[in-house]
Amino acid sequence: MRLDPAVSHDLLLTLLPELVLTGWSLVLLLFVAWRHQTTRDLRLTGWLTFVALVSTAIATWWLWWNRASVQGTVSMVAADDFRWVADWIFLGAGALTVLVSFGYLERERLLAPEYYVLLVFGVLGMMVMAAGADLMVIFLGLELMSVAVYVLTGFDRRRARSAEAALKYFLLGAFASGFLLYGIALVYGATGTTNLGLIGTQVGALEASRSSVMLLAGLALLIVGFGFKIAAVPFHMWAPDVYDGAPTPVTGFMATGVKAAAFAALFRVLNQAFGTLTTWHDIVWWLAVVTMIGGNVFALSQRSVKRMLAYSSVAHAGYLLVAVSAGGSPATSAFLVYAIAYTLMTVGAFAILQAKGRAGESDVTIDDLSGLATRHPWLSFGLAVCMLSLLGFPGTAGFIGKWYILIAALSAGQNVLAAILVLTSVVSAGYYLPVIMAMYMKPEPDETAHLDVRLDRWGRTAVAAVVLGLLLFGVWPNRLFDLARSAGGSVQPSSTSTAVSPP
Amino acid sequence: MLLSPALAISAVLFTLGVAGVLFRRNAIVIFMCVELMLNAVNLTFVALAQVIGVGGQVFVLFVMAVAAAEAAVGLSIILAVYRHKQSVSLQNMNLLKDG
Repeated sequence: MRLDPAVSHDLLLTLLPELVLTGWSLVLLLFVAWRHQTTRDLRLTGWLTFVALVSTAIATWWLWWNRASVQGTVSMVAADDFRWVADWIFLGAGALTVLVSFGYLERERLLAPEYYVLLVFGVLGMMVMAAGADLMVIFLGLELMSVAVYVLTGFDRRRARSAEAALKYFLLGAFASGFLLYGIALVYGATGTTNLGLIGTQVGALEASRSSVMLLAGLALLIVGFGFKIAAVPFHMWAPDVYDGAPTPVTGFMATGVKAAAFAALFRVLNQAFGTLTTWHDIVWWLAVVTMIGGNVFALSQRSVKRMLAYSSVAHAGYLLVAVSAGGSPATSAFLVYAIAYTLMTVGAFAILQAKGRAGESDVTIDDLSGLATRHPWLSFGLAVCMLSLLGFPGTAGFIGKWYILIAALSAGQNVLAAILVLTSVVSAGYYLPVIMAMYMKPEPDETAHLDVRLDRWGRTAVAAVVLGLLLFGVWPNRLFDLARSAGGSVQPSSTSTAVSPP
Repeated sequence: MLLSPALAISAVLFTLGVAGVLFRRNAIVIFMCVELMLNAVNLTFVALAQVIGVGGQVFVLFVMAVAAAEAAVGLSIILAVYRHKQSVSLQNMNLLKDG
């Protein structure tokens, strides 16, 4: 199906998933204006949100099934397999977060159904980011996502920790947006356009001419801006504090959806607009090295499980940066496979963590999990699978993702980067395995230690889905590979592909 | 054409904003410095739009709308923090730290 953005009917079809979700978000806003008092209203809003996310996923699937693509290069939104797969990641992260939130919101007495509306806006922003083929659209998507997530971070406003996390996230997020915007402005000045495809052709022609200083400065500022959003190491200082203070389901959502969206936009910008430039490979190379080493080393010294997972998410951003640095379509496929695996395991880990803790889970240490396996064998099994997958243990989806990134890095000639990835993964065993050891090998401190560990039915459903997905993709990744391969091929410099629909 | 002076001024304004964010400790002052950064970018866009075309001016409108939305959310977050700590200085933000 070829869509011409100049025809309004086709333009609407191109934006169908976003329009469906926007429609739902307005319905939800209206709904919570009337029904916002009891826990029943909260549940109802949650289920409506779930339906909204599923119907958006179906709309995305319909476009994917009909092989929708955009005619010509000058369009503000892209329609390719990369966008559809990225959308499914965001919608999946959102849906899992909804399932996990039912029990959490009631337990913590956060009886405000606006929570789900903000979640929908966050997912919508992510989808706009992944769809953007113009820096303006990407910026608007980023802000829509960020503003919604700032509020979600501070949602538990009775707790000082939550408010403090929201403040830190807001100030650094707005700071990062400033850098990103200045980068966009300079790129606009150097190339005369904000469209990624047109920038791509301009960059190919401009190289070595006088205005390339402005272009390079713009590119560097763009990378700094994205570096904050993905929590790469020199720009990561907000991440542990914010992940620690936010309500735990929100932390899971931030660590997966927000990070995946920023990476998706980064991939598109670097490959589509700056694909012919080689300078950024070196910058990202260094970022990847520092992020992998920094994230893993800091994670080793954490006692709180939530902070440990926060630093581990910094380390995983480093692994994903390896894929960015490798560049090209195999790296893009590797990113998608890894992002799917990473989303599953991170949401799962935070879901189980929230069953153990109270009041934001900031104080759950690794020792608090001692002997959990004797009292709650299934929860412990789920957490163990998530930890092994985060570590990249063979037989789990995390291993497949890491392996795929390694292949992409090696085929791009990035041997040093691949070696550092393997070495830092070994280091990461130093903080993932103690969690499993505490659960299975240490005795319960006393009989009442794990009495209040509870995960409601829907939380258990989400964890079961995560564990099944991790193990299934771990031993049978073929379908995932096929999907990722066709999606990875669709993000390329505009000079070589003028929006050819994938075969 | 005032392109070069305008770009120079916006670069200076942006740097001032960054310096303010890095060195000030009051949350509201930091937020004002972020706004200064955004407005420096707006100046860049407007100056460039004179040469390139109307696209930059459209971008400025979007940036202003986004900055307004951010201000609404940001100020309410600062207010929420003030209710807990009776202070908006980042020196008092010490609940969340490594350990």
